[in-house]
Amino acid sequence: MTTLFTSDHEWLRIDGDVATIGVTDYAQSQLGDVVFVELPKVGRTLKKAEAAAVVESVKAASDVYAPISGEVIEVNEALAAEPALVNSDAGGKAWFFKLKIADKSELGGLMDEAAYEAHTA
Amino acid sequence: MLVRDESPLKRTPLHALHVARGGKMVPFAGYEMPVQYPAGVLKEHLHTRSAAGLFDVSHMGQLALQAKSGKFEDAALALERLVPQDIVAVPPGRQRYAQFTKDDGGILDDLMVANFGDHLFLVVNAACKTEDEAHLRAHLSETCVIDSLSQRALIALQGPKAESALAKLCAGVSAMRFMDSGPRQVAGFDCFVSRSGYTGEDGFEISVPAEHAEALVTALLDNADVLPIGLGARDSLRLEAGLCLYGHDIDTTTTPVEGALEWSVQKSRRAGGARAGGFPGAEKILSQFEKGASRRRVGLRAQGRAPVREGAPLFVDSASSEAIGKVTSGGFGPSLNTPLAMGYLPTALAENGTQVFAEVRGQRLPLQVAAMPFVPNTYKR
Repeated sequence: MTTLFTSDHEWLRIDGDVATIGVTDYAQSQLGDVVFVELPKVGRTLKKAEAAAVVESVKAASDVYAPISGEVIEVNEALAAEPALVNSDAGGKAWFFKLKIADKSELGGLMDEAAYEAHTA
Repeated sequence: MLVRDESPLKRTPLHALHVARGGKMVPFAGYEMPVQYPAGVLKEHLHTRSAAGLFDVSHMGQLALQAKSGKFEDAALALERLVPQDIVAVPPGRQRYAQFTKDDGGILDDLMVANFGDHLFLVVNAACKTEDEAHLRAHLSETCVIDSLSQRALIALQGPKAESALAKLCAGVSAMRFMDSGPRQVAGFDCFVSRSGYTGEDGFEISVPAEHAEALVTALLDNADVLPIGLGARDSLRLEAGLCLYGHDIDTTTTPVEGALEWSVQKSRRAGGARAGGFPGAEKILSQFEKGASRRRVGLRAQGRAPVREGAPLFVDSASSEAIGKVTSGGFGPSLNTPLAMGYLPTALAENGTQVFAEVRGQRLPLQVAAMPFVPNTYKR
């Protein structure tokens, strides 16, 4: 499994033709205490860079974008019940949704972990 | 990066302390201010409700207004030309909430006015302080001297442990009641202390000479009950307390009556009172006292989990196309663990329990008009 990152502080775990998407620990530290997460509907087709989910802290709402195009095949219902998971385990239990990858060539524009670390440094 | 203003941001006398304590500094009303500390907005909010929170509000404006005659009553009568409040009747050592109104009844700013014996002490909003001072000078300079107390810092200490924390540094604070205000020695410094605040909690605001601000705050923070609190939690605390944020919940387009601030206009300034009218916008505002206003500021509670933010349009039902009002403040109330908002609705729909809908990201979310404060206040009256 490969993990890739976007400049908007999202991560993608690639497993065959499925990408699991979440926000990075850096993103959650910038957001602050998360109190609400709105997830896309299963079956929705997302275009790359389209607003896919919303994460709200006490103070502000932020969009989570589809880092690549694809169809939503699963969402993390646990996040709706416990939004604070985003703060406690951004890179793990707090995954947002899974996409069936539409075009693997879109992965080419994403960063690996070293590049992302340099991006946030 | 979005550059909003060419002028450099100002810093309060506590800037170095904020940075040393890990404050996340953001631009606010022309100042670099801490929006939160490492504890985060949620913990800071809850700590203020359970113990004590310390806020730097030095960006706010502090002014002294004294009549050239030296008489308090002359200063009070002068200020009454600009506000719909009874200032003459404020007893020595007490303060009162007021608004500067304009000719069409709108609100230029809201402020606190204290009777300091021979003069008035005013605290105004940071974003309005330059205009407020100019407004005072333009209208009152003939009879009054206006001093900008720009060399003073202002801190707020709020929460159930505020009294015990301040009592260690200031004799006599326990005897103060809500809205008492006057000069006092705190940690040996010449301060002005009022028992008031912007959180709904019991607490104090302390005006201190800028050069002593860091020493005073350090002494207060030496108490384990006291944590520094940023602007993020200040906003969620005041929202739970149902308190207006100027520029959002009240502004130049809203009157005190529309803003549900009738309680702040004493009978002496209303029709039939001893000094009825005589303030900017009196005709409109007093007419609204008689006949009511067409819209009103209300509290709103969401039925779901999604916060409804400032600017969200309000609708009478889930399908109608015409907005009937809008949300002016909205977010999450950590003490109640639920979204909270306030906004304006037609007066006919302003009754508690009325259901309306806010549009958020294309969806209509049900909200209920609810009494404020959302969290009961704990003032020591």
